[in-house]
Amino acid sequence: MPLSADEEMAYKDQLSKVLDYVSQLSQVDTSEVEACFNVSNNSDVLREDEIKDSLLQKDALTNVSKKKDSVPSDRQGFFAAKGVFEE
Amino acid sequence: MNRNLIGLTLLETVKGLEKRSFSLEDLNKAYQVRIAEIDKHSLLSNSKLLNCYITVNSDSNGIPAGIKDVFSTKGIETTAGSKILEGYIPVFNATVIEKLEEQGISVLGKANCDEFAMGSSGENSGYGPTHNPWNLDKVPGGSSSGSAAAVAADMCVFALGTDTGGSIRQPAAICGVVGLKPSYGRVSRYGVIPMASSLDCPGTITKTVEDARKVLEWISGPDGKDANCTKNSFARSLLTKLKNLHGLKVGVPREYFGKGLDIGVEKVVKGAIKQLEELGAKTVEIELPHTEYGIATYYVIMSSEASSNLARFDGIRYGHDRNLFGPEVKRRIMLGTYSLSSGYYDDYFQQAAKVRTLIKQDFEKAFEKCDVIVGPTSPTTAWNIGEKIDDPLAMYLSDAYTVPASLAGIPGLSVPCGFVEGLPVGLQILGKYMDEETVLNVGEAYENATNWRKEKPKL
Repeated sequence: MPLSADEEMAYKDQLSKVLDYVSQLSQVDTSEVEACFNVSNNSDVLREDEIKDSLLQKDALTNVSKKKDSVPSDRQGFFAAKGVFEE
Repeated sequence: MNRNLIGLTLLETVKGLEKRSFSLEDLNKAYQVRIAEIDKHSLLSNSKLLNCYITVNSDSNGIPAGIKDVFSTKGIETTAGSKILEGYIPVFNATVIEKLEEQGISVLGKANCDEFAMGSSGENSGYGPTHNPWNLDKVPGGSSSGSAAAVAADMCVFALGTDTGGSIRQPAAICGVVGLKPSYGRVSRYGVIPMASSLDCPGTITKTVEDARKVLEWISGPDGKDANCTKNSFARSLLTKLKNLHGLKVGVPREYFGKGLDIGVEKVVKGAIKQLEELGAKTVEIELPHTEYGIATYYVIMSSEASSNLARFDGIRYGHDRNLFGPEVKRRIMLGTYSLSSGYYDDYFQQAAKVRTLIKQDFEKAFEKCDVIVGPTSPTTAWNIGEKIDDPLAMYLSDAYTVPASLAGIPGLSVPCGFVEGLPVGLQILGKYMDEETVLNVGEAYENATNWRKEKPKL
């Protein structure tokens, strides 16, 4: 995530303040407490393995750039992304 | 004529259409005119500008609803209030939009909101702040800022919002309308741009409690696409329509009336609780001892989940470059990735998840003594635009009374209960998990006994 020097300065102070505040959680005795990651108590919710309609290729590509040389873009029905490896 | 149409509640609107007192065309025209008058900046007039909508749908031809811009709407631009999604047009509808369309509802506009639903004031939108209809210098609350302000200003029949830590209840309270956060898992999240997946709840902002009940009937229930949404649709129980509150036990948590609560708000909320007693309810004092850790717990869990969810915005299949994220989004990505990183996970994320269990147990114990819990929705009325924008912690603390119920996954309703210096105050009513029925019954009994909802902002 790109940050400018000014942003780094501002976030340093703001996030330090927030971290100081949330560190009060360490005061709570949780030695006998289970963690709660979800309140619905559902697990392994499965459905029949049926074939259903999904997005068409042309629909899936409607939100990428239509400009010719821009990256990312739609190239012959595929997503074209920026190169990751050095040539 | 137009003026009268836009003042109607959802149930009144449905009745008027059935009786053919007016047509859907009349209705949509009336709302489009209203939006043109007061919502957007116009070079030709100095009219008052609320900025409730990011996109207005001129093709709306059903009962017009305002839809928070985090709901995917097929063919209608959906930005989540972020510049990173500017121009993004979904190719499918969120489940709740499909369900509303089956009932003859249409998307009148995409309501402004804090970017990716992150904020308590509406100021974090990439499309400019929404203003509070009761005082244009004040914030409308957030993150469902445009949804709440649009309902208060009669710019839609009702609105949808999402509530992760109070984002429906708090703006509804400070805009003087009714906000319902259903239980976690009551309404499908399919097609809702996610913030914190273990907390996100789609819900309603309406002019009355009756309207909230009706919309919840429409949008709730499983769709096979949200593994946490497996319970039945909400349906009104015909047996329990309450005329008064005799036999009902109302819990009043002392932790919701302590430091940080505005004196004016306290007085108004205590008056509302007295009114519940006059309607026959018995009040009992209860304790929610881990309330003081609510905000810290919430900000660790929410930002951790959000940082993971926002990884999808890589600008490859849709959307733009990540440098377009606004400041609050960046802060939460940093806080979340920090809380989840090795060496800090146990102290932050894991510890917060354990404290979450204690907060949930607080409610379970309290509900052994009472049927609903009541208190203020927000510790203050609407504050000035700009007042807290550079102090994230002060902003976070404004969610102190809404966040605990979000962590516990229980339903919460905010109902207008008075004013302090011309600004609305909301009464929060919390219920047991999946017991929206009792919450709505209490809200409706209170609403019927008072006239607050008839007050309208002067615009």
